[in-house]
Amino acid sequence: MGNNINNKFITEEVVRYVARLSRLSLDDEGVSRFQHQLANILEYIEQLNEVDTKDTLPTTHAMSSIKNVFREDELKGSIPLEDALENAPQRHGNFFKVPKVI
Amino acid sequence: MKEDLSDINAYKNWLIARAEPLTSVAAMLVDRASRIDKDIHAFAAIDAEAIVRRASRFEKKDGKGRLWGVPVAIKDNICIKGELTTCGSRILEGFRPPYNATVIEKLQSEGALLMGRANMDEFAFGSSCETSCYGPTRNPMDLSCIPGGSSGGAVAAVASGQVVAALGSDTGGSIRQPASLCGVVGFKPTYGRVSRYGLIAFASSLDQIGPITHNVADCATMLEVISGYDEKDSTSVDIEVPRYTESLSKGVKGLTIGIPSEYFTGGIDKDVSERVNEAIKVLEGLGVKTVDISLPHTKYAVSCYYIIAPAEASSNLARYEGVHYGRRSPDADDLIGMYIASRNEGFGLEAKRRILLGTYSLSSGYYEAYYLKALKVRTKIANDFNKAFDVCDCVLTPTSPTTAFKLGERMDDPLKMYLSDIFTISANLAGLPAITVPCGEGRNGLPVGLQLMARPFAEDVLIQVAHAYEQKR
Repeated sequence: MGNNINNKFITEEVVRYVARLSRLSLDDEGVSRFQHQLANILEYIEQLNEVDTKDTLPTTHAMSSIKNVFREDELKGSIPLEDALENAPQRHGNFFKVPKVI
Repeated sequence: MKEDLSDINAYKNWLIARAEPLTSVAAMLVDRASRIDKDIHAFAAIDAEAIVRRASRFEKKDGKGRLWGVPVAIKDNICIKGELTTCGSRILEGFRPPYNATVIEKLQSEGALLMGRANMDEFAFGSSCETSCYGPTRNPMDLSCIPGGSSGGAVAAVASGQVVAALGSDTGGSIRQPASLCGVVGFKPTYGRVSRYGLIAFASSLDQIGPITHNVADCATMLEVISGYDEKDSTSVDIEVPRYTESLSKGVKGLTIGIPSEYFTGGIDKDVSERVNEAIKVLEGLGVKTVDISLPHTKYAVSCYYIIAPAEASSNLARYEGVHYGRRSPDADDLIGMYIASRNEGFGLEAKRRILLGTYSLSSGYYEAYYLKALKVRTKIANDFNKAFDVCDCVLTPTSPTTAFKLGERMDDPLKMYLSDIFTISANLAGLPAITVPCGEGRNGLPVGLQLMARPFAEDVLIQVAHAYEQKR
């Protein structure tokens, strides 16, 4: 734990890889800027390692009293097709149109 | 008779005395807001036509409804059917939701006059309201300062008297921090108290919608209107909503307030700690008992939050790909290229930063070290509060460590910006209700806010204490 570990983890190559996973593309300047900023943030976040969590369960939901929420499988109204397609940047009949996939 | 937007009652009295059709009142309010807003930019845009059209729909109800004719600003991430809702982001340009958020339905059923669209940090990512694609909002108390964020526009619209109340959203302090910096009341309800249906998601385990008002009584009214179980939000909780307005007159004798030492150290302004300590004296004068408590994991809250919130955000923002709604880049000839180009053009710098951070901490090899670790520390933070509530009814702290800072001051230093939320984040991580009330000014003349937090679903205690303090101050 220390200053160098994060810089080692979050290399420019890692930033490019994470950008690819995120469907973003960055130019060289962007990669270098984000690498620097993310390393800085992650260095701060390293302090979490000080906390002993050996016997602690993770909290995924703030109100842990709520478990699965079920309802009857009844047919109800939904948004009309026209309304649902209203915001489509491009449509073809009742479909969302996208650029060529293959 | 001059218009009076100082609170709901004053406004209603003015409205009755004015005896004019609601449509002409609405047109006047829009003109007035546009004039005041030139310097402040609380609104991303004001759609005059839509506001007058809505007023005409309520005209027949004539005075019926607890918020009849009351102008309420709506943050740009809460869906109003058929109206632009963009989260301050280019990626949602042109998006008109096909449905209303549940809170919008509730406000309208009480006759509120909705005034969209209050400016915000892009996707609520920010503590200064500077990352909106529409440009920054300014603090009505000092135009060279930020109003706080991310609900900076909604708060500034209330603080500058353009509207009587507003709805914002709070994921790590986005209602309370700006309300504190602009000198108004802001409330984050317990996670699950208010339906999130129609709130565009940032971090789903932390987000809550809440009111921003001139005083605690209005806050209680707004909270009563918007709270309650909603089958469309499976995280909303099906328990009875108390009459918060009845808590206003209860007084505070016999209540115990915990003062956590961890919130009065480090980078806190002297002015802030002085004002908050004076407020504690006021409450003691009213018969409140105070006890020193410890919330030992406080210093880890920011780290914990900046793993969990970006992780959830990166996943929530995966849906913006230029296919179903919002911006599509014309400069791509295959599907993946179109996704990438649309996202690149659509998201601003802070949004990209959080997507990268979140994707990194969820990616293979880092998940356990970062995300899972943060979820465990989240448990520790919540346990601190559980323990504290064994000995006190609510916890009192400053809302923000400083008064409003200058525009641009923290834009190049994301970590410093993130630390602006150091006192508000814990309530979101633990799911607790929290309120901020003005408690005076610093030597720079800028407002200081006092924060109260209570156990889950004890909103009524917060209203009770905050109102008693506000009356005495």
